[in-house]
Amino acid sequence: MITSNPRHLRGSYDVIVVGGGPAGLEAAVAAQEAGADHVLVVDREPEAGGILLQCIHCGFGLHRFGEELTGPEYAQRVVKQALAHRIDIVTDAFVLDIDLQRRVKLMTREEGVSLVEARAVVLAMGARERTRAAARIPGARPAGVFTAGMAQRLVNLYGWLPGRRAAILGSGDIGLIMARRLTLEGVEVAGVFELMPHPNGLNRNIVQCLHDFDIPLHLSTTVVEIHGHNRVEKVTVAPVDGDLRPQMERAWEVECDTLLVSIGLIPENELSEQLRLRMDPVTRGPVVTSAMECSLNGVFACGNVVHIHDLVDFVSAEAMLAGRSAGLFAIGAPLRPDNVRLLPGENVAYCVPHTISTEREHTVYMRTRRILEGCRLRLVAPDGRIVYEKRLRYVFPAEMVNLKLKPAILQHFHDDALRIDIVGRSAER
Amino acid sequence: MGEIVTVRYLCIGCPLGCRLEVDEDLEEHAIVEVRGFSCRRGKEYAIQEHTAPQRMVTTTVAIDKARWARLPVRTSRPAPKDKVLEICRALRTVRVSAPIASGDIIVRNVLNTGVNIIATRDMVEWASPQNIEA
Repeated sequence: MITSNPRHLRGSYDVIVVGGGPAGLEAAVAAQEAGADHVLVVDREPEAGGILLQCIHCGFGLHRFGEELTGPEYAQRVVKQALAHRIDIVTDAFVLDIDLQRRVKLMTREEGVSLVEARAVVLAMGARERTRAAARIPGARPAGVFTAGMAQRLVNLYGWLPGRRAAILGSGDIGLIMARRLTLEGVEVAGVFELMPHPNGLNRNIVQCLHDFDIPLHLSTTVVEIHGHNRVEKVTVAPVDGDLRPQMERAWEVECDTLLVSIGLIPENELSEQLRLRMDPVTRGPVVTSAMECSLNGVFACGNVVHIHDLVDFVSAEAMLAGRSAGLFAIGAPLRPDNVRLLPGENVAYCVPHTISTEREHTVYMRTRRILEGCRLRLVAPDGRIVYEKRLRYVFPAEMVNLKLKPAILQHFHDDALRIDIVGRSAER
Repeated sequence: MGEIVTVRYLCIGCPLGCRLEVDEDLEEHAIVEVRGFSCRRGKEYAIQEHTAPQRMVTTTVAIDKARWARLPVRTSRPAPKDKVLEICRALRTVRVSAPIASGDIIVRNVLNTGVNIIATRDMVEWASPQNIEA
C-alpha cells in the first residue's frame, strides 16, 4: 500500500498520532476535519494499515462502510482516506517517549532520533497478543510455539507455513480463523483446546472455521505441557474441573509440530505508563472522558489501546471521536466538560468512556462478566434509584454491549456518578 | 412420504447460537420441517445451509516484485461450500507480479464455478522485497 513518508518532518505538528492502524488513521482524518492543519501519523511497520493487513478474511466494515470487506480492503480504505486528507504518515518509525509538554521523541529511518512538538497527541498503539508465558504453560521450550497472530503474519504476508500439524490453544476468533487458514494451506489441525466451558469466538467462526473442516473443539480443556527438544513433538492436554484445575489423570497427548496460542490481547500501553496516565486496571488501558481524553490534558486515546474491541467498525467510531477532540484541542477550542462518572456495577466488567455529560449524546461500550439471558441493563443513581432501564435478550462476555445514551434519558439526573448494572438469568451452557 | 432424516446446524446469525434442525424427506428431496430457530433469519439460514451452503473464500497467492511474498485474494462472491478446499488448492500454483490493484481479477471463473478470484489490496512494484519466500 502507498504510504506518504514525508521527506522532512516538521518541528511541530498540531496533532501527532501514535500508531497507523485503523484507530490512528481515522483519528488523524477526524483531527484534520476538526481544524488541525498539520497531522502526523507514526507507525513502526513498513506500511500503514495495522493488523488488518494480515487479517485477509471477511467480516469487516458492515457498520463503517455498509458492506462486508476483508481486512486489507478496510485498511486500504482508511489509508487512502488519510492520504486524500494530506495526512503525513511516517512508517518504519517509532515513538520512544512523550513528555508532559507533549514533545514526542521519535526515531525514523531517515532522521534518527528527533524531538517533535505536538499541540495534541492521540495514542492509537493497539494491542499485542498474550503469549505462552502469559498462560504459564510448563514444559520444554522448542521451536514451533507461536501466537496465532504471529502465525497469521507468517502465512499471509511472508508465505511461510509454521509447521505440518498444529494444535491450537484458545478459541478466540484469531485462533479459529487460523485453524481454517492453516487447513486451507494444507496444514493439518489436530484440534482447538479451550479452557472455558464455552467457545470464545463468534458462532460464525465456530461453524465456518471448525465445523466446515471437521476440526474438533475441546471445551474445558487446556494444554498442560509442551514436549520436544529442538521442535515441538507433542503437547499434553487435560480437561479442567469447575475451578479450572487440570485433571491430570484424564490427560492425553496430541502429536503435533506446532502449537498456536490464541489467548487474548493486551493493550499496548508502555507510552501511556511512561506518561503516568491514569489507567483502568480492568481494561489495562487509559481512563478516558467522553471526548476520549486521558488524565493528561491534550492526550487522547482510541482503539484497542483503550480496551479490546470485537469489531474494527467500533474502533473507527471511537477514533473519529478521539481525533475530533484532539483537533479541537489543537486549535484551542475548549472541550466541553463531563459531569458524571460511570461506574461498572453488577456483572459489568468495565465501561468506556469513564465519564460522560448529561448534556450530550454518547455511546458507552461495556463488557459483561457472565453469559446472561433475559437481561435488564440499568443505570442506577447513588441513592439506588433506577434512572433508566433497557431490556437485552442476552449478553456475552465475548460481545461488547453498546449503549446509546441520549440527553433525554438523563434530564432529571443531577448526581455526579451513575452505576451500570446488567441483571439476568445465568445462561452458562 | 419417504424416509425422514434430521440434520443439525448451529445458527451463526447472533451469539445465541440456536441449535437448528432440518427434517428432509429423502425420496422427495424436500424439507419437511425446520426447528430450533428463534427468529426468521435463523429459519432462512437453516434452509440455505441445508440446500446450497456457500462460503466467501479468502486466501493468498504468490506475488513477485512486491514488498510482501503473498497477495491476499477473495472470491468475487460466495462459492459453493464443497469447492472451498479445491479452489484453495488450485490457487497454490498461481503466481502474479506487482503492480496489482485491489479488485484486479487474478483468476477468471475458477474451476468453472462462475466465480472470479480478485485481489483485495494494491501491491506496488517494490525493488527490495521485505521478505523472500522460503
